[in-house]
Amino acid sequence: MNIPKNIFYTKDHEWARIEGKIAYVGITDYAVHSLGDITFVELPKIGKELKQSAYCATVESVKAASDVFAPLSGKVLTVNTQLVTNPELINQSAYEKGYFFSMEFSNEAEKANLMDAASYQKYVEGISK
Amino acid sequence: MNPFDGSSRATGKSRGMKLIFEKHRDGRRGFSYGLSDVSGTKPLAGKYCRATEARLPCLSELDVVRHYTNLSRLNFSVDTNFYPLGSCTMKYNPKFTERIAAFEGFLQLHPLLPQLSGGGMLAQGSLEVLYESEKLLAEITGMSAFTLQPLAGAHGELTGVMLIAAYHKDQGLRRKYIIVPDSSHGTNPSSAAIAGYKVKVIPTGADGYMDLEQYKKQLNNEVAAVMLTCPNTLGIFNPKIKEITDLAHNVGALMYYDGANLNAIMGKCRPGDIGFDVVHLNLHKTFATPHGGGGPGAGPVGVSKKLVEFLPISRIIRRADATFALDYNHPKSIGYIAPFYGNFGVILKAYAYILALGKEGLIKVAEIAVLNANYCQARLKEYYDLPFDKTCMHECVFSASRQAKNGVHALDIAKYLIDQGYHPPTIYFPLIVKEALMIEPTETESKESLDDFIDTMIKIAELAKNNPSVVTQAPLNMPIKRLDEVRAARQPDLRWKP
Amino acid sequence: MNYIPHTPEDIKQMLSTIGVKSIDELFKDIPVTLRPKSFNLPASKSEFQVTQTLRKLAAKNATGLVNFVGAGFYDHFIPAAVDALTSRSEFYTAYTPYQPECSLGWLQAIYEYQSIICELTGLDVSNASLYDGGTALFEAMMMAVRHTGRNKIILDSGVNLIYRTMLYTYTSNLSIEFVEIPVVHGQSCREELFKFLDDKTAAVIFQNPNFFGAVDDHSDMVERVHKFGALAIASVYPVSLGMLKTPGEMGFDIATGEGQSLGIPLSFGGPYLGFMAARSQLVRQMPGRIVGATVDSDGKRGFVLTLQTREQHIRREKATSNICSNEALCALRAAVFMSLLGREGFKELAEHNYQKAEFAKEILSRINGVQVKRSSPTFNEFTVFLPRHADEVVHRMIDKGFACGFPLGRFYKGMDNYLLIAVTEKRTKEEIRRLADSLEAVL
Repeated sequence: MNIPKNIFYTKDHEWARIEGKIAYVGITDYAVHSLGDITFVELPKIGKELKQSAYCATVESVKAASDVFAPLSGKVLTVNTQLVTNPELINQSAYEKGYFFSMEFSNEAEKANLMDAASYQKYVEGISK
Repeated sequence: MNPFDGSSRATGKSRGMKLIFEKHRDGRRGFSYGLSDVSGTKPLAGKYCRATEARLPCLSELDVVRHYTNLSRLNFSVDTNFYPLGSCTMKYNPKFTERIAAFEGFLQLHPLLPQLSGGGMLAQGSLEVLYESEKLLAEITGMSAFTLQPLAGAHGELTGVMLIAAYHKDQGLRRKYIIVPDSSHGTNPSSAAIAGYKVKVIPTGADGYMDLEQYKKQLNNEVAAVMLTCPNTLGIFNPKIKEITDLAHNVGALMYYDGANLNAIMGKCRPGDIGFDVVHLNLHKTFATPHGGGGPGAGPVGVSKKLVEFLPISRIIRRADATFALDYNHPKSIGYIAPFYGNFGVILKAYAYILALGKEGLIKVAEIAVLNANYCQARLKEYYDLPFDKTCMHECVFSASRQAKNGVHALDIAKYLIDQGYHPPTIYFPLIVKEALMIEPTETESKESLDDFIDTMIKIAELAKNNPSVVTQAPLNMPIKRLDEVRAARQPDLRWKP
Repeated sequence: MNYIPHTPEDIKQMLSTIGVKSIDELFKDIPVTLRPKSFNLPASKSEFQVTQTLRKLAAKNATGLVNFVGAGFYDHFIPAAVDALTSRSEFYTAYTPYQPECSLGWLQAIYEYQSIICELTGLDVSNASLYDGGTALFEAMMMAVRHTGRNKIILDSGVNLIYRTMLYTYTSNLSIEFVEIPVVHGQSCREELFKFLDDKTAAVIFQNPNFFGAVDDHSDMVERVHKFGALAIASVYPVSLGMLKTPGEMGFDIATGEGQSLGIPLSFGGPYLGFMAARSQLVRQMPGRIVGATVDSDGKRGFVLTLQTREQHIRREKATSNICSNEALCALRAAVFMSLLGREGFKELAEHNYQKAEFAKEILSRINGVQVKRSSPTFNEFTVFLPRHADEVVHRMIDKGFACGFPLGRFYKGMDNYLLIAVTEKRTKEEIRRLADSLEAVL
């Protein structure tokens, strides 16, 4: 299971890579593996205000549909439109080319609700048992 | 023209069948209306006419007949294969009901005739069929009255939930929630949501029943109804069903009975006697009308006394002079949920089936359906995990978890069964059972056909242990191998294009 | 008769394998207190007895009337091959094609059906069928509500009242705001539409030909609808599409309709066929099954149920619709019917309907006191004004052997003297002349 060190994680298996005031958001390798081949994503509209832990996107495989929740509150800046035609990018590169969108997050304190790589690793091992 | 492109079906080496559009030849005709006896009329102005032709395939009648006949041969069906598809009740459909449905008097009747002034006597035969069918279904289920309008089971659910909403509104209460167990059919929460309700899901306990404590916690005066399937989708009957019903009634919630599994209990108990307020039936399941590759079905809804006034219009009444009529005078009715009186052709076949079986026949249906399922369960439980090991009703639910450890999943078992000429059980449902295999043999299958199927399932269990790749490669004997569903979803190709 | 194959010996052996003494023991989970209070059903009958009983009931229905009643449900001829092919039990005793390898015939037939519906409507994608024209229209409306995130619906009053009533029933517990716009001189009233159209509108719903039989070109209105970001939905009569401008050509986003006229008998109201086609960007909002083409591991073409994440068995309360079983066998009838007709047959069917209705308009307009409404062109159904109450006329015409039309007063206030007359390809010149003669006699 690939769990990169420098980014943050949620219990719903989203990740956030933070660069200054901007967060890049996607779903983790664990989420990708439990879904299988991703066939479709529905991304938020640019400019949409997101709330931490609230619904922000949908990701689908052949036999499952899963809601994606915002890791932080803030405004959507850009969306990865490549995913619309090539959802397989999420399978190929969950943490890089398969990111969903970027956002300008509004509340620094919310970072405390996220896990670092080590805690997420433990969390995932807990579920897998 | 060989539909299999030059190779026989038996070898499974064909390149697939051509689309009917790919057999098109300009100028070929399969049907002609001949010369019109009317001519010389002024044509319609061009601005109202289509500019582009519908690119329909042009073939001879024989081409069309051969095309669809050969397509039919690529299907498994009840008439050709054992079809233990759980939750779908794929029993034998007696042929005589088809002949009855084709009687000219039934088949050609325009649904608006009895609504015309002076037309009341033009449809007496069909109205009588509907009236009597309602009465029979009410007696079978113990409900006060029925509407036959719903056109399928899920449509019946939606109608039922709308009746529940109308009832609460009439009581001056707006309730927000509908409770369903996590073992429910997907149609239950979906129907509730489409009728404007929020859904509360109750988990299943270790005993296979809805968790009673969780249920009590979620139940309050904001709950409009509780939707249950009984026996549930694990094929087991909850002995505490009456307690569940009473608890709901105590907070003013109504009880909804999903009749998908009625085949198990006919003559053994009736939802109405238990205290259910709304029941939908699937005539294509319990009452043996053909499933038609996905429909048409029929989903009549029965209600308890307090909901009768909300039933859809028109209702059918029997007048003092023994004639039948449509009745629209029900001010509290929810309105029209179908254009007319339901899927008449389907209702007619179910009516004929009920008349043929009679009281004893219907009881026997439930008994043998349950016997067959328990026989499958008893013979297979040594080989497959049985998550809820108790007497089942009309279907049994195994898990292929043991086989999955060797890489043989429920899907692989399904594909191997296809190679052996069996339609697979329902797989991966109910969602609460990992690697679920849901087997519903129905009462019309003989002991021999069950034994053959069971022997094949045992063989698969052995292969999963000793030679799993034989199972995971299946199917090999069919015209096609496993299909790329990911590609189908990523690059949707949903229609022919030239 | 009960169709159960078990011998007493089979039952004995099976019980012993299960390890119980009797069948009753298998029902032990049903408490004694819950056993039926009554199960008062008639005794079993033989196939012959049931057949005779129902033959007698069938004979109580009227079959001899010459039919000019349409109102959305039409008396068309059905080629014998439609019945022959769709009564093959490999089709009609199969179920939803969940397992493609043993359901390829069904899957391909549905794919072909979807393609035919796209060709008829001029739109991009179709689903595998819905219950009927009314429920299809409701589903289309809900697609628009979800797609736009708005809840105002503008409904043309030329849409069949049966369908409008269904829409109101289905939405009674939802917060949908309806506005009905009137029909003026048979056609949708542009002024009224433009008055109510705004950026809160989710969809505008038209019917073509409308309930009065009038044909319209909705292109101008559809264009305006799109300017406000709303969707345009058309309910259409498929036989008319052999001649009329298609929903696709007029710019509609979704087309639905009753497919009964495509090879499905009237059968007292069902089973029928709801069809739906839409622009491709709406495909993920569509309800019901959809079949797609793909390939197997050898690269050979095959078909599967696809985009299933829209559906209730996966998405449960978040599904686009609760529909599970649909009307596949009726969709197959439509596919076979259209394949037999082909391009020429389909055009011929539309022309015969149009010509015969035009002929009837001409003949009927010669009757003293009868006015054929001519403010709009029509296809195979038209409205006439009678010098007396249409109910009375209809009643008298039944005695003369005619179901002469549908009295509009039943659905529209102030239209008691109006009659809606449908003329399909089955009606002969001679029958039309007799209709006129009899009508003249009863007026």
